[in-house]
This record gives sequence, C-alpha cells and structure tokens, in this order.
Amino acid sequence: MNKTSNPADLAEISKRVRRHIIEMITAAKSGHPGGSLSATELVVTLFFDTMRHDPANPKWADRDHFILGKGHACPVLYSTMAECGYTPIDQLNTFRRLGSIYQGHPDVRFIPALEASTGSLGQGLSIGLGMALAARLDHRPSRTYVVLGDGEIQEGQVWEAAMFASFHKLDNLACIVDYNKIQLDGFVEDIMPLEPLADKWKSFGWHVIEINGHDIPAVQAAFAEAATVKGKPTVILAHTVKGKGVSFMENNPKWHGTAPSKEECELALKELA
Amino acid sequence: MAVSTNYELKMGPATRESFGKALVELGKTNPNIVVCDADLSKSTNTNFFAKEFPERFFQCGIAEANMVAVGSGLSAAGKVAFVSSFSAFVLNKGFEQLRVTAAYPNVNLKVVGTHSGISIGEDGPSQMSIEDLSLACNLPGFTVLSPADDASMKAAIHLAAEHKGPVFVRAGRVKTPLIYPEGTPFRIGGSHELLTGGDLAILANGLLVAEAIKAAVQLDSEGISARVIDLYSIKPIDREAIDRAARECGAIVVAEEHLKDTGIGARVAQVAAETTPCIMEFVGIDNTYAESGTPEAVVEKYGLLAKDIAAAARKALARKK
Ligand SMILES: Cc1ncc(C[n+]2csc(CCOP(=O)(O)OP(=O)(O)O)c2C)c(N)n1
Repeated sequence: MNKTSNPADLAEISKRVRRHIIEMITAAKSGHPGGSLSATELVVTLFFDTMRHDPANPKWADRDHFILGKGHACPVLYSTMAECGYTPIDQLNTFRRLGSIYQGHPDVRFIPALEASTGSLGQGLSIGLGMALAARLDHRPSRTYVVLGDGEIQEGQVWEAAMFASFHKLDNLACIVDYNKIQLDGFVEDIMPLEPLADKWKSFGWHVIEINGHDIPAVQAAFAEAATVKGKPTVILAHTVKGKGVSFMENNPKWHGTAPSKEECELALKELA
Repeated sequence: MAVSTNYELKMGPATRESFGKALVELGKTNPNIVVCDADLSKSTNTNFFAKEFPERFFQCGIAEANMVAVGSGLSAAGKVAFVSSFSAFVLNKGFEQLRVTAAYPNVNLKVVGTHSGISIGEDGPSQMSIEDLSLACNLPGFTVLSPADDASMKAAIHLAAEHKGPVFVRAGRVKTPLIYPEGTPFRIGGSHELLTGGDLAILANGLLVAEAIKAAVQLDSEGISARVIDLYSIKPIDREAIDRAARECGAIVVAEEHLKDTGIGARVAQVAAETTPCIMEFVGIDNTYAESGTPEAVVEKYGLLAKDIAAAARKALARKK
C-alpha cells in the first residue's frame, strides 16, 4: 500500500472512501451512513498515515491495533481497509449479504485482519486496553487506537475502562471519540448529554486533545501528540458532523441508520465527485 | 381446541409494532405504566408511548444495565415499569441487574426484548439474540412469553401488565403472519392447539409458529397428520398440553428461533421425561452464531423454515415406527 502524510492525498482518499460508503449502503439497502461519514478522516488518517501496519502481513506482531468500538460504522472501516489492500474493493457492494466478508458489523470470522468483532456498543475500549497491556508486557512498540461513538460512551463500561487505563498508565493507547452530537434516537443533547466531556476524561486521568475531526492536519497532529504523552492514556475528542460530505445527510438524525435510495445515492455521489 | 382450521397467514405487523401499540393502550387506562428505553425507541417502538405520554417515558441513553435497575426501582416504588431494548442488549448487558434487582427480590418489572432471534437479518450476530429465552428462563420467578403474531403480542403485553411479578416478553423485527383473530384469549401458562393431528405434534413459538402451520399443511399432503401447538407461554410452560401431545401422538418436534441446546426443546423434553417420554426432534440454531443477510436468506441458511420442520417431522415418524 502507498502510505502518505500529505493532507491533500489523505483528503482524496477520504473522498473515495465516502463514495464507497454511499455505494455499499445503497447496494445493501441497509446500514449506517451518518456515523461512517463522520469518522472518515479519522480512520483514513490512521490507516494511511499514522499506524504501523502491513496489509500483506496483517498479523505482524509489532503492528498497531485498530478497533472500531462503534461497529455499526464499519462501512468506513471496510472501505479504508479495502483501499489499503486488505480486502477486495470490488466486493464492497456485497455488504450485508449472506456470505459476504463485509458483514453488517465487523466480524473477525470473515475478515481475520480485523482486530475485534464489535457491534454491541461500549466494549471496544476495554478490548483495546487488553491489547495495549499485552503489547507492554511483550515490549512491543504496538500502539492501540480505539474509535468510539459519542452515544457509545454512555455505556458504563466505557468509564470503567477509562479508570482502568489511567491507573495502568496505558500511554500506548489513544481513544478517539467521534463527537458528531447525534445518536440513534436523536441528538445526544436530548438523549443523554455528555458535557463537560473534556473535564470528565481529565478527571479520569486522561490527556485530552480536542480537534475538528475533519481537519486532516489537526488529526495528524493529534495522533502525533498522543504518541509523545507519557504515563497516561490520551483521548482525542474529535468534533465532527454526522453525515459529513453529503449535504442532505449532514447533521440529520434520520441518516443514522437509513440507506439512501438510488436517486439519493446519485445525488450524494455528485457531491462527492 | 383448534382456533381455526384454515390459516390464511396474511402478513401482519412486526410484533415490536404490536408491542408499541399495546403500550399506548395500556398507558391510556393505567397511569401507573412507565416506559424506559436505551436509545432504540424508534426500533423497539416505545416511541409510540413516548409521544403519547412523554412524562412517563424515560430515555436512558445507551446504557442497558442502568436502565434495567432503574426500571426495577420504578417498579419497587409502585410503578409498572416496562424496560425495552433489543433482546440481545437488554438481556445480555442487563442480566446481572435482572437477576439481582428484579428476579431475586421478585420486583414487578416488565422486560420486552425486540429484534429477537436471527430474523433481524442484515445487522448480524452482535444484534441477534439466540439465547434470550434460555437466559430469561434462568431467572427464578420470571414469567416468559414468546408470542407469534399481532393479537398474541398485544395480549401478552396486557398479561404482563396485569401479572404481579417480573415478566419477559420476546418480540421480533420482521413482519409476521396473522394467526389469531383479535380477542382470542391467552393466559400465562397456556398454549393454543392450532391444528389437530395425531401422528405427531409440532410445538413452536414466535416466528416459527407460522412455519409450523405451513409444515403441517405440507405433511398433510403426504398423509401425515400433525398437531400444531403454539407454546407462547415459555415459563410457566403448559405441561398438560405437552403430556397430552406425547401421549396421544407419541412424537414431538420442537421448533424455535433460538439456540437448540438451551432452548424450549430442552424444557419440553424435560416435561415429557417427567410425564410421558416420547420420540423427539428439534429445530433450532445449532451451536453457532449466524451471520448477516436478508432475513429470508438467514432463516433459510440456519434451518428455520417449514421445510426444516417437515424434515424433522419425517425423521421423528421414521424413528417412531
Ligand atoms: C449495546 C448496544 N446498545 C444499542 C445498540 C443499538 N445502536 C446501534 S448504533 C446506536 C447509536 C450509536 O450512537 P453513536 O455511538 O453516537 O454512533 P454514531 O452517531 O457515531 O453513529 C445504537 C443505540 C448497540 N449497537 N449496542
């Protein structure tokens, strides 16, 4: 795969990934476009710039680990991994069909290069902590990255994990909150508000970075900063827009888990041309 | 008693929708009914109740364990609390809370798990509940109901509300064929004999009741007379009906959208062993997690159709001879 640190290249890849997301969810007639589009720059930057990994050798011991806690956003992960060369791009449109490797939520039985089967919200961070502990025990340079949804962090387990991570000084892990302000039933503000969110993480002993999660240089800088923090875990609160890149999907709870029609797909692809 | 002998099996609503509507009905007559949901109200259809009675609806966010125990507190304080989420989340994430805050102190909590089984289709195993009936039956004191269609789900929700004590009701995501006329009586501990027959009995619940009827029609054309029983009350279970089926038919097939090893088949076998042991075959999910696909493709691949029930019936009959 061709890794790149050039923000313009990463923006170009992000656009391709967004097109895949729209096309595969349209083909499947089901899936979650909103939270896939909000996390695109975060996931693309990790896989194409930040992380140490090798699609030709997915079980390389010294690789960095990536876990998508909010497993329903797997179209962004599948598309990015396919662009990296892990899995076939031309099968993305089999998403959610019987026998497809592109299951409705990440499933290690079908794609062994995935680090975890997720889909039940709230467990990804804990799995990541286990991987970070193992890397430290084995003196491996592996870093672990876990992307969580803002709705997802309402799960109590996330805060059990947050306490655990700082107690065990897991500075080889970074948690990224895709802070798009929307969950399933509506706006986070109306369902179960999270603010003051940075203060919550700080009080749990984390180093907190807040960025615009669509600003690629800011995303790159945040991952670089996280790697320099010693003695505590880092959380990146990435302010994003749910449905980013498709005007009629942006900031609209309807597009959490609704597939676009053929016409809507065409409109979206035009905007992502 | 056969409720009808000729089933059209016209497509009706999903049982989650029937649940949502029944809650609104209950809410109108019983001001004590309160409802909790964990960021899935648009899917469980508790949003109908939320719209009608916003002051009696509590949005819990994505935090099922907390929701279950909050529901227990509401019920312990005199409310009739319904807590709902996908079956996989409310039972698995909330199990310890169900055990210690509802079952053990015998609190009047009502739990409704929607999107049960594998017929949710595309979302795949993380959202599929294939062990929920078994888990619920592992809670002493809980009543467990698994209705098959619109009328039986509405009745189950009313039964749950009237009953003093914890109740779990299992609901599904996909549209379900209509089996019962409105107003059919249901009772905790009951069952309905939907088709009479004497060569063997097919005992089913939930989505598989309609498949059992279709299987019986197929078997009838082969000269096999199959009795079909809807075991909508999983716990307490209708021991009388099971004993009678075993005695009069001598062979039983149990069909369920659940793990076979720990499902209703095992409970029926236990009752038969205690009353009238007989030949038995089981249709269910065979010690595996399923996968994504359309609901139709998934239930076919994992063997939950009328043809699978008919095959099990033929096997049972061959063993009976
Ligand atoms: C434990 C659990 N409860 C409920 C769900 C159903 N569910 C799927 S996505 C979702 C909302 C997620 O919101 P958020 O984490 O903010 O994700 P995003 O907005 O980024 O898509 C819910 C409730 C689930 N997958 N897991």
